[in-house]
Amino acid sequence: MSKKNEKYESTLWYRLKYWVNGEEEDGIVEKETDKYEAHLKRVSVEDRVYRAFSEIPNDGEEERAHYEELRKELLELSKRYETWPEKRGVKIFNRIYQVAAVILCVFIIGILLVTVSYLPEFGNKDNPSNNEVSERYIEKGLEETGATNIVTGMILDYRAFDTLGESHVLFIGACAVLILLRVDQVKKENTTKEEIEEANTEEIYEKDEDTILKKVAFFLVPTIMLFGIYVILNGHLSPGGGFSGGAIIGAGLILYLNAFGYKKIQRFFTYKTFSRISIVSLLCYACTKGYSFYTGANHLESIVPLGTPGAILSGGFILLLNICVGMVVACTMYAFYTLFRKGGM
Amino acid sequence: MLQHLLNHYYETVSIVLFGIGFTMLLLNRNMIKKIMGLNIMDTAVYLFLAAKGYITGRVAPIIAEGLEGKESFINPVPSGLVLTGIVVSVSVTALMLSLTIRLYRRYHTLDIDEIAMLAKKEDL
Repeated sequence: MSKKNEKYESTLWYRLKYWVNGEEEDGIVEKETDKYEAHLKRVSVEDRVYRAFSEIPNDGEEERAHYEELRKELLELSKRYETWPEKRGVKIFNRIYQVAAVILCVFIIGILLVTVSYLPEFGNKDNPSNNEVSERYIEKGLEETGATNIVTGMILDYRAFDTLGESHVLFIGACAVLILLRVDQVKKENTTKEEIEEANTEEIYEKDEDTILKKVAFFLVPTIMLFGIYVILNGHLSPGGGFSGGAIIGAGLILYLNAFGYKKIQRFFTYKTFSRISIVSLLCYACTKGYSFYTGANHLESIVPLGTPGAILSGGFILLLNICVGMVVACTMYAFYTLFRKGGM
Repeated sequence: MLQHLLNHYYETVSIVLFGIGFTMLLLNRNMIKKIMGLNIMDTAVYLFLAAKGYITGRVAPIIAEGLEGKESFINPVPSGLVLTGIVVSVSVTALMLSLTIRLYRRYHTLDIDEIAMLAKKEDL
């Protein structure tokens, strides 16, 4: 936590910020006067009408009655004009907006459909997108990466830097959701009404002990976990890989949580586990890939051989990278679920 | 042109899906439905990319016995791109949903116009 400087307004950074924003140094004061003036302008028409007729001449009963009538009329008129934007204006604007939106959408679909009709033939092998890049990946992929699944070899070897970025996107997504939704445990003393309500609903969820769900989950969760591990470990041999296998394991964790509750899952998966697994996996990925970039750029022999194609222990670092990615994805999926459900792990 | 569109039905369907998602994004005032619209648009992009990588009569690029050489596999590049797209869309959806939850906790409505009105009133 950073401390707030007491003399923040006289610091260099503050002045720099105002200079960058193109405002004077005493920008805040100016802004306040602006606000005041804007407020004065917004004083309703009603007030102005009252002020204009406040000095009613005492010339006689008739004139006074006349003035009163005039004032009433003006007041009604002003009220109508004041409320017009909120009642009729919004409706008219919404109608125009809807029509314009539909026209825009139809226009965009039309343009895109015309573009599609000019595209090269579907499924033709001579299309410009099937160029030398994909041919090289297919021809040399097995030889250079050792993975029989060429897509995995591509995303975890040729384009591994991109996949590292993807894992970081997931991790940062989980961090952002954590920042936005986490219910702070320290602030329990001054809980608001909603938080108490939320806690009550949570208790209702927890108390609901569903026997069928429990029995089914008892058999399903191990199967789902095993299947996820299988998909991750065979990522370089068959369809699948870190992302899909990680999503399967995450789903298994969510099912376990739903069936058996927070107390059971907190025996082996807490917030600490989440952060440790994610960070260690990302670090492991970065170090491994850094090493392989180093050896590749300097034309050195990597310490991990490519192995025989088709075996589990083949493909160099691909297996390790797949496991790292799978861990990050599984943790992130579970974190999303628990954060959306109760704002904490 | 119509015949061409029918021959390219994968691309045509993806464009129509894209249009549906975009219309949802513009016309719905409910934030959750807007996010759904964005997700439909994402799906349309995946479909389009996957269709671009397909080559008639070829199989997924996993080397097995009897399948070798560039003549037997589809283009692997769009598959990798779709993977990237899915991951990013999951993260973005989670972020948008959590922001929506925060807005709902503060203003007790999901209607974006009402939220704007309430925010303006708070400013005054």
